[in-house]
Amino acid sequence: MSSSAIQIISRSKYYNWLVKNLFSSWVNTILTVIALIFVYQVGSFFLYWAIFDADFRYNFQGELIIDRGFCSKNIMPGEYGACWAIIFARWNQFMYGLYPIEEAWRVNLIYALLPLAIIGILFDKIPFRRYFIYFTFIFPFLAYFMLYGGPGLSVVGTNKWGGLLVTLFLGVTGIGLAFPLSILLALGRRSKMPIIKSLCVVFIEFIRGVPLITLLFTANVMLPLFLPDGVNPDNLLRALVAVTLFQSAYMAEAIRGGLQAIPRGQVEAAQSLGLSYWQTTRKIVLPQALKIAIPPIVNTCIGLFKDTSLVLIIGLFDLLGIGRAALADMTWTKLYYEVYVFISLVFFIFCFGMSRYSLYLEKKLKTDNS
Amino acid sequence: MTKIKSLFISLVLTLGVSAAIAGSHGSTHDLVKDRGKLMCGSNTGLAGFGAPNDAGVWEGIDVDVCRAVAAAVFGDASKVEYVPTTSKVRFTVLQSGEIDMLSRNTTWTLSRDVDLGLEFVGVNYYDGQGFMVNKSLGVSSAMELDGASVCIQVGTTTEMNLADFFKANGMSYESVPVETNSEADAAYTAGRCDVYTTDASGLYASRAGYPDPSAHVVLPEIVSKEPLGPAVRHGDSEWADIVRWSLNAMIIGEELGITSANVDEMKSSKNPEVLRLLGVDAGYGAMLGLSDDWAYNILSQVGNYSESFEKHIGPNTPINIQRGLNALYKDGGILYAPPFR
Repeated sequence: MSSSAIQIISRSKYYNWLVKNLFSSWVNTILTVIALIFVYQVGSFFLYWAIFDADFRYNFQGELIIDRGFCSKNIMPGEYGACWAIIFARWNQFMYGLYPIEEAWRVNLIYALLPLAIIGILFDKIPFRRYFIYFTFIFPFLAYFMLYGGPGLSVVGTNKWGGLLVTLFLGVTGIGLAFPLSILLALGRRSKMPIIKSLCVVFIEFIRGVPLITLLFTANVMLPLFLPDGVNPDNLLRALVAVTLFQSAYMAEAIRGGLQAIPRGQVEAAQSLGLSYWQTTRKIVLPQALKIAIPPIVNTCIGLFKDTSLVLIIGLFDLLGIGRAALADMTWTKLYYEVYVFISLVFFIFCFGMSRYSLYLEKKLKTDNS
Repeated sequence: MTKIKSLFISLVLTLGVSAAIAGSHGSTHDLVKDRGKLMCGSNTGLAGFGAPNDAGVWEGIDVDVCRAVAAAVFGDASKVEYVPTTSKVRFTVLQSGEIDMLSRNTTWTLSRDVDLGLEFVGVNYYDGQGFMVNKSLGVSSAMELDGASVCIQVGTTTEMNLADFFKANGMSYESVPVETNSEADAAYTAGRCDVYTTDASGLYASRAGYPDPSAHVVLPEIVSKEPLGPAVRHGDSEWADIVRWSLNAMIIGEELGITSANVDEMKSSKNPEVLRLLGVDAGYGAMLGLSDDWAYNILSQVGNYSESFEKHIGPNTPINIQRGLNALYKDGGILYAPPFR
């Protein structure tokens, strides 16, 4: 077969697909055309706004933008693009909050090590996986020492943390702490011991019955009132407690779904071999249940990652909070779209990554089971 | 045996905690001195009043009150840790002792002063609800707004004040309800309503961001009283005095014409009140438990009230607020500090 024939065949393949999916009837044809026009209009408007007509660090006169007055949008009202200079000027705050800039290398180091810390638990077919797993367990202590400080490093209070640092801290730590807790809760809920079972049920249903914002307020406002004067747990820590409890309740339900999908025969077979409850759970039930539960678990993780932005309501400067503080600076006022588009982009990158990972897992598990 | 042991442990814990309580019941002033820095409740970001700049340094007239107190207590205006507070958590954060003082555009009202266990120590900005309209409407007074459509935040005191004002003047209006202040701003900019109403300072701040600020006019009528000031916890009068007089020192500094630029020359002034304020005549600092140069430190490091106002929200800033009510009593405003003697 000549190469042109292959081209014709492959072209006709696309052609067939187009006809079948987009132009199968005149109604569909009209809808397709309308959709294309719409996508073109919105897409080109956005591209012009965000890229072609936009100021980045320098405006069209070639001057470095140091305040909003230098943005071209002030010079030509009506026909201007975005002024991304605010993102450049506030880059450090978006990344580290009000963390002292001469100490920011500590945060950078942790950012750089974070992928190494989680790669071992995300993928099972990497070389030296065991060492990565060891590192995963060392990492929280290392991160605490590097970020907060201690012997040899100056202490940076958590009220200085902000931006992506707080968002990632709450997201990653919240998920990490909630995971073991949620396994216990899920097992407890299926336990035959009435007290344990009812405690778990009450906990899960109570936490799932209130919005995260209520938990955050409770942790932030009520907790200090119950504790003696002068004993004030850290603001960020309080938010972390609320986020962890919230996440563990949701994750527990996802895991319980996985547990329920394991046929009773598995447990009975294990018991007939003389395995104890914990042996059965650890070696037979959990590995299978978690496999099934991974997609819903990742789902709750994505939800939680986005929910962390609620902490701005208790005065923590997460990514969204620091963005709003940037908008309150007279130097950059009214650059709403730029700031919010940037923040959405950052959230999108992380959430999209998680969702891709969940897809990858689903595919992998399907092949594993067959 | 284990029961006795756990009982013992819990007893020790309880005692330890109560010892900690007893230890922390000292005065706020001592607590601040021991800590080496002032914990000041600030806004999460309000242009001109309190917001971190590009370098992460907090700026604004509310922030300057915190800096003044730090200058008075430590002789160093930079020894402040800012705790960003939202309007929902600000009072509990103060009550729980997380912050030593609150300085974030908070209106002094009876219920807050009395019922919430706070103590407002003064007013650093007299605000009030105002109206902004497009200049092209040709309106010069709020009395001409009969029948206008108004963008209004639902469920706020702003909404009630608006209704009261129009009712009292026998006028009608069409309300365009919105959820947040920025939404109201956006609706007004998009032309969905003729009038945008909120605290006057907020109107000025919004106007500063418009492509053409001069096309909008803030009407002279102010329809509510919103005295904004710093607050401390109830029951520690010594600390309240320090915060109160730190603010007053800034105002008196303006009255006497002492600025951060001329504060050193003023030390050789012949005016006895200047000499008392700057600590040349000793003894006044000790009354507050401070060093004698406490007010000198405030004026040299933070500046007087006028300097702070002009730097952050005055006519030469994008916010462009006239002194108005916030001018000194002798310049036609109502800013007035008790005498320094």
